[in-house]
Amino acid sequence: MTEKRLRHLTSVHDLDREMALRVLDTAEAFLEVTRRPIRKVPTLRGKTIINAFFEASTRTRTSFELAGKRLGADVVNIGGSSSSTSKGETLRDTVATLDAMHADVIVIRHVASGAADYIRHRTRAAIVNGGDGMHEHPTQALLDAFTMRRHTGRLEGLTVAICGDIQHSRVARSNALLLSLLGAKVRLAGPRTLLPHDVAALGAESFSRIEPALEGADVVMVLRIQQERLGSALLPTLREYARYYGLNRARLALAKPGAIVMHPGPMNRGVEINDDIADGERSVILNQVESGVAVRMAVLYFCATEPGQPIGSE
Amino acid sequence: MRELIDSEGVSRGLRRVAGQIVERQRGAEGLVLIGVRRGGEPLTREIARWIRELESREVPVGSVDITLYRDDAATALPNPRIGPSQVPCSLEGKRVVLVDDVVFTGRTVRAAIDALMDYGRPRRIELAALVDRGGRELPVQPDYVVLTTQVGPDDRIDVLDEPGGIRAVVRPSGSPSVAPAP
Repeated sequence: MTEKRLRHLTSVHDLDREMALRVLDTAEAFLEVTRRPIRKVPTLRGKTIINAFFEASTRTRTSFELAGKRLGADVVNIGGSSSSTSKGETLRDTVATLDAMHADVIVIRHVASGAADYIRHRTRAAIVNGGDGMHEHPTQALLDAFTMRRHTGRLEGLTVAICGDIQHSRVARSNALLLSLLGAKVRLAGPRTLLPHDVAALGAESFSRIEPALEGADVVMVLRIQQERLGSALLPTLREYARYYGLNRARLALAKPGAIVMHPGPMNRGVEINDDIADGERSVILNQVESGVAVRMAVLYFCATEPGQPIGSE
Repeated sequence: MRELIDSEGVSRGLRRVAGQIVERQRGAEGLVLIGVRRGGEPLTREIARWIRELESREVPVGSVDITLYRDDAATALPNPRIGPSQVPCSLEGKRVVLVDDVVFTGRTVRAAIDALMDYGRPRRIELAALVDRGGRELPVQPDYVVLTTQVGPDDRIDVLDEPGGIRAVVRPSGSPSVAPAP
Protein backbone atom coordinates (compact mmCIF):
# COMPACT_ATOMS: atom_id res chain seq x y z
CA MET A 1 0.00 0.00 0.00
CA THR A 2 1.39 3.37 -0.93
CA GLU A 3 1.20 6.13 1.60
CA LYS A 4 -0.37 9.45 0.82
CA ARG A 5 2.10 11.99 -0.51
CA LEU A 6 2.34 15.73 -0.57
CA ARG A 7 2.48 16.64 -4.25
CA HIS A 8 1.87 20.40 -4.21
CA LEU A 9 1.39 22.81 -1.35
CA THR A 10 -0.64 25.77 -2.55
CA SER A 11 -3.12 25.83 0.31
CA VAL A 12 -3.56 24.39 3.78
CA HIS A 13 -6.34 22.37 2.12
CA ASP A 14 -3.59 20.24 0.54
CA LEU A 15 -2.87 18.89 4.02
CA ASP A 16 -4.87 16.61 6.20
CA ARG A 17 -4.18 16.35 9.90
CA GLU A 18 -1.83 13.42 9.49
CA MET A 19 0.22 15.00 6.72
CA ALA A 20 0.45 18.31 8.58
CA LEU A 21 1.81 16.56 11.67
CA ARG A 22 4.14 14.58 9.43
CA VAL A 23 5.62 17.80 8.08
CA LEU A 24 6.05 19.20 11.60
CA ASP A 25 7.73 16.00 12.84
CA THR A 26 10.06 15.90 9.84
CA ALA A 27 10.92 19.56 10.45
CA GLU A 28 12.18 18.57 13.91
CA ALA A 29 14.80 16.39 12.23
CA PHE A 30 15.70 19.22 9.86
CA LEU A 31 16.00 21.70 12.73
CA GLU A 32 18.74 19.43 14.06
CA VAL A 33 20.45 19.58 10.65
CA THR A 34 20.39 23.40 10.65
CA ARG A 35 22.17 23.46 14.03
CA ARG A 36 25.03 21.14 13.07
CA PRO A 37 28.56 22.27 12.28
CA ILE A 38 27.90 21.28 8.65
CA ARG A 39 24.36 22.45 7.94
CA LYS A 40 23.79 20.51 4.78
CA VAL A 41 22.57 17.05 3.77
CA PRO A 42 22.76 15.49 0.30
CA THR A 43 19.12 14.41 0.11
CA LEU A 44 17.99 16.52 -2.86
CA ARG A 45 21.28 16.45 -4.72
CA GLY A 46 20.61 16.93 -8.44
CA LYS A 47 17.15 18.42 -7.89
CA THR A 48 16.33 21.91 -9.08
CA ILE A 49 14.24 24.35 -7.10
CA ILE A 50 13.19 27.67 -8.61
CA ASN A 51 12.11 30.49 -6.35
CA ALA A 52 9.82 32.61 -8.51
CA PHE A 53 9.15 35.67 -6.39
CA PHE A 54 7.08 38.20 -8.29
CA GLU A 55 6.43 40.23 -5.14
CA ALA A 56 8.95 41.73 -2.73
CA SER A 57 10.16 39.41 -0.01
CA THR A 58 13.33 39.06 2.00
CA ARG A 59 12.69 36.52 4.70
CA THR A 60 10.51 34.07 2.80
CA ARG A 61 12.76 34.03 -0.24
CA THR A 62 15.94 33.68 1.81
CA SER A 63 14.32 31.02 3.95
CA PHE A 64 13.29 28.92 0.92
CA GLU A 65 16.70 29.46 -0.66
CA LEU A 66 18.56 28.26 2.43
CA ALA A 67 16.14 25.37 2.87
CA GLY A 68 16.79 24.15 -0.67
CA LYS A 69 20.54 24.60 -0.39
CA ARG A 70 20.73 22.80 2.94
CA LEU A 71 19.04 19.83 1.28
CA GLY A 72 21.70 19.83 -1.43
CA ALA A 73 19.39 21.02 -4.23
CA ASP A 74 20.31 23.61 -6.86
CA VAL A 75 18.33 26.75 -6.12
CA VAL A 76 17.65 29.52 -8.63
CA ASN A 77 15.94 32.78 -7.72
CA ILE A 78 14.01 34.78 -10.26
CA GLY A 79 11.56 37.61 -10.04
CA GLY A 80 10.85 41.28 -9.95
CA SER A 81 12.39 43.63 -12.43
CA SER A 82 15.09 41.19 -13.57
CA SER A 83 12.57 38.69 -14.99
CA SER A 84 10.75 38.52 -18.29
CA THR A 85 7.50 39.52 -16.58
CA SER A 86 8.82 43.07 -16.78
CA LYS A 87 8.89 42.58 -20.56
CA GLY A 88 5.23 41.64 -20.59
CA GLU A 89 5.43 37.87 -20.40
CA THR A 90 2.38 36.23 -18.84
CA LEU A 91 2.66 34.18 -15.67
CA ARG A 92 1.56 31.15 -17.63
CA ASP A 93 4.39 31.50 -20.15
CA THR A 94 7.00 32.22 -17.49
CA VAL A 95 6.00 29.08 -15.63
CA ALA A 96 5.93 26.97 -18.80
CA THR A 97 9.47 28.14 -19.49
CA LEU A 98 10.66 27.18 -16.03
CA ASP A 99 8.93 23.85 -16.36
CA ALA A 100 10.70 23.18 -19.66
CA MET A 101 14.00 23.60 -17.78
CA HIS A 102 13.00 20.59 -15.67
CA ALA A 103 12.50 22.33 -12.39
CA ASP A 104 11.44 19.84 -9.74
CA VAL A 105 9.85 22.42 -7.48
CA ILE A 106 8.69 25.95 -8.21
CA VAL A 107 8.11 28.16 -5.20
CA ILE A 108 5.88 31.04 -6.18
CA ARG A 109 5.15 34.35 -4.51
CA HIS A 110 2.68 36.54 -6.37
CA VAL A 111 0.40 39.53 -5.74
CA ALA A 112 -2.58 37.78 -7.33
CA SER A 113 -4.70 35.59 -5.06
CA GLY A 114 -4.90 32.15 -6.61
CA ALA A 115 -1.68 32.44 -8.65
CA ALA A 116 -0.25 29.26 -7.13
CA ASP A 117 -3.41 27.26 -7.84
CA TYR A 118 -3.49 28.63 -11.37
CA ILE A 119 -0.05 27.28 -12.24
CA ARG A 120 -0.19 23.96 -10.43
CA HIS A 121 -2.42 22.54 -13.15
CA ARG A 122 -0.05 23.72 -15.86
CA THR A 123 3.30 22.28 -14.75
CA ARG A 124 5.07 19.01 -14.15
CA ALA A 125 7.01 20.65 -11.32
CA ALA A 126 5.62 20.58 -7.81
CA ILE A 127 4.25 23.97 -6.80
CA VAL A 128 4.76 25.46 -3.37
CA ASN A 129 2.91 28.64 -2.51
CA GLY A 130 5.20 31.24 -0.96
CA GLY A 131 2.28 33.64 -0.51
CA ASP A 132 -0.35 34.62 -3.09
CA GLY A 133 -2.19 37.91 -2.69
CA MET A 134 -4.77 37.76 0.06
CA HIS A 135 -5.23 34.03 -0.32
CA GLU A 136 -2.74 31.81 1.49
CA HIS A 137 0.75 31.40 2.86
CA PRO A 138 0.78 27.75 3.93
CA THR A 139 4.47 27.43 4.87
CA GLN A 140 4.12 30.42 7.20
CA ALA A 141 1.23 28.65 8.93
CA LEU A 142 3.29 25.47 9.24
CA LEU A 143 6.27 27.28 10.71
CA ASP A 144 3.99 29.12 13.13
CA ALA A 145 2.40 25.86 14.25
CA PHE A 146 5.85 24.31 14.57
CA THR A 147 7.04 27.23 16.74
CA MET A 148 3.91 27.05 18.92
CA ARG A 149 4.33 23.33 19.43
CA ARG A 150 7.98 23.69 20.39
CA HIS A 151 7.28 26.44 22.91
CA THR A 152 4.03 25.28 24.46
CA GLY A 153 4.41 21.53 23.93
CA ARG A 154 1.09 21.07 22.15
CA LEU A 155 -1.36 22.35 19.54
CA GLU A 156 -4.50 20.52 20.56
CA GLY A 157 -6.62 22.77 22.76
CA LEU A 158 -4.30 25.77 22.43
CA THR A 159 -5.97 29.19 22.31
CA VAL A 160 -4.39 31.41 19.66
CA ALA A 161 -5.30 35.07 19.22
CA ILE A 162 -4.41 36.52 15.82
CA CYS A 163 -4.62 40.32 15.80
CA GLY A 164 -4.53 42.87 13.02
CA ASP A 165 -5.71 43.24 9.46
CA ILE A 166 -7.30 39.82 9.14
CA GLN A 167 -9.23 40.58 5.96
CA HIS A 168 -6.18 41.15 3.80
CA SER A 169 -3.87 38.70 5.51
CA ARG A 170 -2.89 35.41 3.87
CA VAL A 171 -0.97 34.61 7.04
CA ALA A 172 -4.13 34.85 9.12
CA ARG A 173 -6.12 32.74 6.65
CA SER A 174 -3.59 29.95 6.45
CA ASN A 175 -3.00 29.99 10.19
CA ALA A 176 -6.70 29.83 11.01
CA LEU A 177 -7.20 26.89 8.65
CA LEU A 178 -4.19 24.94 9.84
CA LEU A 179 -4.61 25.60 13.55
CA SER A 180 -8.23 24.54 13.54
CA LEU A 181 -7.25 21.42 11.60
CA LEU A 182 -4.77 20.64 14.36
CA GLY A 183 -7.25 21.21 17.17
CA ALA A 184 -6.34 24.70 18.36
CA LYS A 185 -8.95 27.40 19.08
CA VAL A 186 -8.44 30.44 16.88
CA ARG A 187 -9.57 33.98 17.70
CA LEU A 188 -9.29 36.63 15.01
CA ALA A 189 -9.25 40.21 16.25
CA GLY A 190 -9.11 43.54 14.47
CA PRO A 191 -11.10 46.62 13.52
CA ARG A 192 -14.47 45.63 12.11
CA THR A 193 -13.49 47.01 8.71
CA LEU A 194 -10.56 44.60 8.58
CA LEU A 195 -12.38 41.43 9.64
CA PRO A 196 -13.51 38.98 6.96
CA HIS A 197 -17.11 37.83 6.65
CA ASP A 198 -16.28 34.15 6.39
CA VAL A 199 -14.69 33.77 9.82
CA ALA A 200 -16.74 30.67 10.59
CA ALA A 201 -15.50 29.00 7.38
CA LEU A 202 -11.98 29.43 8.73
CA GLY A 203 -12.97 27.60 11.89
CA ALA A 204 -12.43 30.70 14.01
CA GLU A 205 -14.19 33.23 16.23
CA SER A 206 -13.93 36.94 15.53
CA PHE A 207 -13.56 39.95 17.84
CA SER A 208 -13.75 43.60 16.91
CA ARG A 209 -11.80 44.59 20.03
CA ILE A 210 -8.44 43.13 20.93
CA GLU A 211 -8.92 42.78 24.70
CA PRO A 212 -11.50 39.97 24.80
CA ALA A 213 -9.50 38.04 22.18
CA LEU A 214 -6.37 38.20 24.31
CA GLU A 215 -8.04 37.04 27.48
CA GLY A 216 -6.57 33.68 28.49
CA ALA A 217 -4.76 33.17 25.17
CA ASP A 218 -1.75 30.82 25.06
CA VAL A 219 -0.39 32.44 21.92
CA VAL A 220 -0.68 36.04 20.70
CA MET A 221 0.09 36.54 17.04
CA VAL A 222 0.32 40.11 15.80
CA LEU A 223 0.08 40.91 12.10
CA ARG A 224 1.75 43.72 10.23
CA ILE A 225 -0.42 46.69 9.40
CA GLN A 226 0.03 47.13 5.69
CA GLN A 227 0.81 50.74 4.96
CA GLU A 228 -1.02 50.56 1.64
CA ARG A 229 -4.35 50.25 3.49
CA LEU A 230 -3.78 53.53 5.26
CA GLY A 231 -5.80 56.62 4.66
CA SER A 232 -8.64 54.62 3.17
CA ALA A 233 -12.00 54.21 4.86
CA LEU A 234 -10.70 50.93 6.30
CA LEU A 235 -8.01 52.37 8.51
CA PRO A 236 -7.70 56.11 9.17
CA THR A 237 -4.33 56.51 10.94
CA LEU A 238 -1.51 54.44 12.39
CA ARG A 239 -1.77 56.33 15.65
CA GLU A 240 -5.36 55.38 16.07
CA TYR A 241 -4.61 51.77 15.28
CA ALA A 242 -1.71 51.67 17.74
CA ARG A 243 -3.89 53.16 20.44
CA TYR A 244 -6.78 50.71 20.10
CA TYR A 245 -5.11 47.57 18.77
CA GLY A 246 -1.35 47.81 19.36
CA LEU A 247 0.11 45.09 21.59
CA ASN A 248 1.53 46.64 24.73
CA ARG A 249 2.38 45.38 28.21
CA ALA A 250 -1.08 46.06 29.67
CA ARG A 251 -2.86 44.18 26.88
CA LEU A 252 -0.45 41.26 26.94
CA ALA A 253 -1.17 40.91 30.67
CA LEU A 254 -4.67 39.72 29.70
CA ALA A 255 -3.23 36.61 28.06
CA LYS A 256 -2.17 33.55 30.04
CA PRO A 257 0.94 34.01 32.14
CA GLY A 258 3.78 32.75 29.96
CA ALA A 259 1.84 33.23 26.72
CA ILE A 260 4.15 33.56 23.73
CA VAL A 261 4.15 36.46 21.26
CA MET A 262 4.57 35.92 17.54
CA HIS A 263 4.82 38.14 14.47
CA PRO A 264 5.36 36.98 10.89
CA GLY A 265 7.43 40.10 10.13
CA PRO A 266 8.32 42.60 8.98
CA MET A 267 7.28 44.52 12.09
CA ASN A 268 6.07 48.09 12.41
CA ARG A 269 7.42 48.81 15.86
CA GLY A 270 5.23 51.15 17.82
CA VAL A 271 2.23 50.42 15.61
CA GLU A 272 0.96 46.86 15.98
CA ILE A 273 3.58 45.90 18.56
CA ASN A 274 5.61 47.85 21.11
CA ASP A 275 9.40 47.57 21.31
CA ASP A 276 9.44 46.10 24.80
CA ILE A 277 7.10 43.28 23.68
CA ALA A 278 8.87 42.59 20.40
CA ASP A 279 12.21 42.29 22.20
CA GLY A 280 10.76 40.89 25.43
CA GLU A 281 11.31 37.47 26.92
CA ARG A 282 7.97 36.18 25.68
CA SER A 283 8.69 37.03 22.06
CA VAL A 284 9.49 34.02 19.86
CA ILE A 285 9.70 36.12 16.69
CA LEU A 286 13.27 35.11 15.88
CA ASN A 287 12.50 31.48 16.71
CA GLN A 288 9.84 31.69 14.01
CA VAL A 289 12.52 32.68 11.54
CA GLU A 290 14.75 29.78 12.57
CA SER A 291 11.83 27.34 12.39
CA GLY A 292 11.00 28.67 8.94
CA VAL A 293 14.08 27.15 7.35
CA ALA A 294 13.51 23.73 8.96
CA VAL A 295 9.81 23.64 8.06
CA ARG A 296 10.50 24.67 4.46
CA MET A 297 13.15 21.96 4.23
CA ALA A 298 10.45 19.46 5.23
CA VAL A 299 7.98 20.83 2.66
CA LEU A 300 10.55 20.88 -0.15
CA TYR A 301 11.65 17.40 0.82
CA PHE A 302 8.13 15.99 0.54
CA CYS A 303 7.31 17.85 -2.68
CA ALA A 304 10.62 17.18 -4.46
CA THR A 305 10.75 13.47 -3.68
CA GLU A 306 7.51 12.90 -5.57
CA PRO A 307 8.47 11.65 -9.03
CA GLY A 308 7.15 14.06 -11.66
CA GLN A 309 3.94 13.03 -13.37
CA PRO A 310 3.37 13.77 -17.04
CA ILE A 311 0.91 16.59 -17.61
CA GLY A 312 -2.67 15.42 -17.81
CA SER A 313 -2.19 12.22 -15.85
CA GLU A 314 -3.62 13.55 -12.64
CA MET B 1 10.45 -17.90 11.35
CA ARG B 2 13.65 -19.29 12.80
CA GLU B 3 15.74 -17.99 15.65
CA LEU B 4 19.17 -17.01 14.43
CA ILE B 5 20.67 -16.08 17.77
CA ASP B 6 19.07 -15.98 21.22
CA SER B 7 19.42 -13.23 23.79
CA GLU B 8 22.15 -15.07 25.66
CA GLY B 9 24.14 -15.48 22.46
CA VAL B 10 23.70 -11.80 21.64
CA SER B 11 24.82 -10.73 25.09
CA ARG B 12 27.90 -12.96 25.05
CA GLY B 13 28.76 -11.86 21.51
CA LEU B 14 28.49 -8.16 22.35
CA ARG B 15 30.75 -8.67 25.35
CA ARG B 16 33.33 -10.22 23.02
CA VAL B 17 32.94 -7.31 20.56
CA ALA B 18 33.39 -4.81 23.42
CA GLY B 19 36.60 -6.61 24.39
CA GLN B 20 37.89 -6.54 20.82
CA ILE B 21 37.12 -2.83 20.45
CA VAL B 22 39.11 -2.03 23.57
CA GLU B 23 41.92 -4.41 22.64
CA ARG B 24 42.46 -3.10 19.14
CA GLN B 25 43.55 0.36 20.27
CA ARG B 26 44.64 -0.65 23.78
CA GLY B 27 41.85 1.13 25.60
CA ALA B 28 38.90 3.37 25.03
CA GLU B 29 40.70 6.70 24.60
CA GLY B 30 38.78 9.07 22.32
CA LEU B 31 36.21 6.38 21.61
CA VAL B 32 32.64 7.26 20.61
CA LEU B 33 29.96 4.66 19.84
CA ILE B 34 27.36 5.65 17.26
CA GLY B 35 24.39 3.43 16.50
CA VAL B 36 22.62 3.49 13.15
CA ARG B 37 18.99 4.35 13.89
CA ARG B 38 17.06 2.47 14.92
CA GLY B 39 18.41 -1.07 14.94
CA GLY B 40 21.88 -0.11 16.10
CA GLU B 41 20.78 1.85 19.17
CA PRO B 42 20.11 -0.95 21.69
CA LEU B 43 23.29 -2.74 20.57
CA THR B 44 25.30 0.44 21.11
CA ARG B 45 24.01 0.72 24.68
CA GLU B 46 24.95 -2.90 25.36
CA ILE B 47 28.47 -2.50 24.01
CA ALA B 48 28.91 0.67 26.08
CA ARG B 49 27.79 -1.25 29.17
CA TRP B 50 30.39 -3.97 28.60
CA ILE B 51 33.14 -1.40 27.97
CA ARG B 52 32.21 0.28 31.25
CA GLU B 53 32.63 -3.08 32.96
CA LEU B 54 35.96 -3.82 31.31
CA GLU B 55 37.56 -0.38 31.48
CA SER B 56 35.61 1.34 34.27
CA ARG B 57 34.90 4.33 32.08
CA GLU B 58 31.93 5.90 30.34
CA VAL B 59 32.04 5.96 26.56
CA PRO B 60 29.95 8.62 24.78
CA VAL B 61 27.05 7.04 22.91
CA GLY B 62 24.97 8.52 20.08
CA SER B 63 22.96 7.67 17.01
CA VAL B 64 22.66 8.73 13.39
CA ASP B 65 19.59 8.65 11.18
CA ILE B 66 20.68 7.86 7.64
CA THR B 67 17.43 8.55 5.77
CA LEU B 68 18.69 11.86 4.37
CA TYR B 69 21.92 10.26 3.16
CA ARG B 70 20.50 7.24 1.33
CA ASP B 71 21.54 6.94 -2.30
CA ASP B 72 17.87 6.43 -3.16
CA ALA B 73 16.58 9.17 -0.85
CA ALA B 74 14.97 11.24 -3.58
CA THR B 75 13.28 8.46 -5.51
CA ALA B 76 12.56 5.21 -3.75
CA LEU B 77 11.10 6.02 -0.39
CA PRO B 78 7.41 6.62 0.13
CA ASN B 79 7.46 9.37 2.75
CA PRO B 80 10.00 7.88 5.11
CA ARG B 81 9.99 8.94 8.72
CA ILE B 82 13.11 10.90 9.46
CA GLY B 83 14.34 10.72 13.01
CA PRO B 84 16.75 13.10 14.66
CA SER B 85 20.42 12.20 14.87
CA GLN B 86 21.92 12.49 18.33
CA VAL B 87 25.65 12.89 18.27
CA PRO B 88 26.93 13.63 21.80
CA CYS B 89 30.09 15.55 20.85
CA SER B 90 32.10 16.74 17.89
CA LEU B 91 33.61 13.75 16.12
CA GLU B 92 36.71 15.71 15.14
CA GLY B 93 39.76 13.51 15.83
CA LYS B 94 37.68 10.83 17.55
CA ARG B 95 37.76 7.07 17.12
CA VAL B 96 34.20 6.22 16.10
CA VAL B 97 32.72 2.75 16.17
CA LEU B 98 29.61 2.63 14.05
CA VAL B 99 27.14 -0.01 15.25
CA ASP B 100 24.40 -1.56 13.11
CA ASP B 101 22.19 -4.58 13.57
CA VAL B 102 22.53 -6.30 10.18
CA VAL B 103 25.12 -5.64 7.47
CA PHE B 104 23.78 -6.60 4.06
CA THR B 105 24.36 -4.55 0.89
CA GLY B 106 26.63 -2.04 2.63
CA ARG B 107 24.58 0.91 1.39
CA THR B 108 23.34 1.82 4.85
CA VAL B 109 26.91 1.83 6.15
CA ARG B 110 28.02 4.05 3.26
CA ALA B 111 25.22 6.49 4.09
CA ALA B 112 26.05 6.38 7.81
CA ILE B 113 29.72 7.20 7.14
CA ASP B 114 28.63 10.23 5.09
CA ALA B 115 26.36 11.31 7.93
CA LEU B 116 29.17 11.00 10.51
CA MET B 117 31.48 13.17 8.43
CA ASP B 118 29.02 16.05 8.84
CA TYR B 119 29.83 16.10 12.56
CA GLY B 120 33.56 16.58 12.11
CA ARG B 121 36.44 14.52 10.77
CA PRO B 122 36.94 11.41 12.87
CA ARG B 123 40.44 9.98 13.29
CA ARG B 124 39.08 6.60 12.23
CA ILE B 125 35.74 4.87 11.77
CA GLU B 126 35.25 1.18 12.53
CA LEU B 127 32.16 -0.94 12.01
CA ALA B 128 30.52 -3.37 14.41
CA ALA B 129 27.47 -5.46 13.51
CA LEU B 130 25.34 -8.09 15.17
CA VAL B 131 24.80 -10.06 11.98
CA ASP B 132 26.78 -10.12 8.72
CA ARG B 133 24.50 -11.73 6.16
CA GLY B 134 26.73 -11.29 3.10
CA GLY B 135 25.28 -9.94 -0.17
CA ARG B 136 27.44 -6.82 -0.33
CA GLU B 137 26.90 -4.32 -3.17
CA LEU B 138 29.62 -1.95 -1.97
CA PRO B 139 33.16 -2.63 -0.71
CA VAL B 140 32.35 -2.39 3.00
CA GLN B 141 33.44 -4.89 5.66
CA PRO B 142 32.65 -4.92 9.37
CA ASP B 143 35.55 -4.95 11.85
CA TYR B 144 33.55 -6.71 14.57
CA VAL B 145 30.74 -9.21 14.03
CA VAL B 146 28.78 -11.33 16.48
CA LEU B 147 27.43 -13.75 13.86
CA THR B 148 28.18 -14.37 10.19
CA THR B 149 25.49 -16.23 8.30
CA GLN B 150 24.15 -16.94 4.82
CA VAL B 151 20.42 -16.54 4.17
CA GLY B 152 18.38 -16.27 0.96
CA PRO B 153 18.55 -12.85 -0.76
CA ASP B 154 14.87 -12.16 -0.08
CA ASP B 155 14.82 -13.45 3.49
CA ARG B 156 14.52 -10.86 6.23
CA ILE B 157 16.55 -10.74 9.40
CA ASP B 158 14.78 -8.95 12.23
CA VAL B 159 16.60 -7.95 15.37
CA LEU B 160 14.15 -7.77 18.25
CA ASP B 161 14.81 -5.62 21.31
CA GLU B 162 12.63 -7.25 23.95
CA PRO B 163 12.40 -7.00 27.73
CA GLY B 164 14.19 -10.37 27.97
CA GLY B 165 17.09 -9.17 25.84
CA ILE B 166 18.04 -8.72 22.19
CA ARG B 167 17.66 -11.61 19.74
CA ALA B 168 17.64 -12.09 15.99
CA VAL B 169 15.26 -14.12 13.84
CA VAL B 170 15.11 -15.02 10.15
CA ARG B 171 11.91 -14.65 8.23
CA PRO B 172 11.70 -16.47 4.90
CA SER B 173 10.67 -14.28 1.97
CA GLY B 174 6.96 -13.58 1.81
CA SER B 175 6.21 -14.04 5.49
CA PRO B 176 4.82 -11.06 7.39
CA SER B 177 7.13 -9.02 9.59
CA VAL B 178 6.63 -9.00 13.34
CA ALA B 179 9.14 -6.28 13.92
CA PRO B 180 7.56 -3.42 15.86
CA ALA B 181 6.36 -0.59 13.64
CA PRO B 182 8.68 2.42 13.79
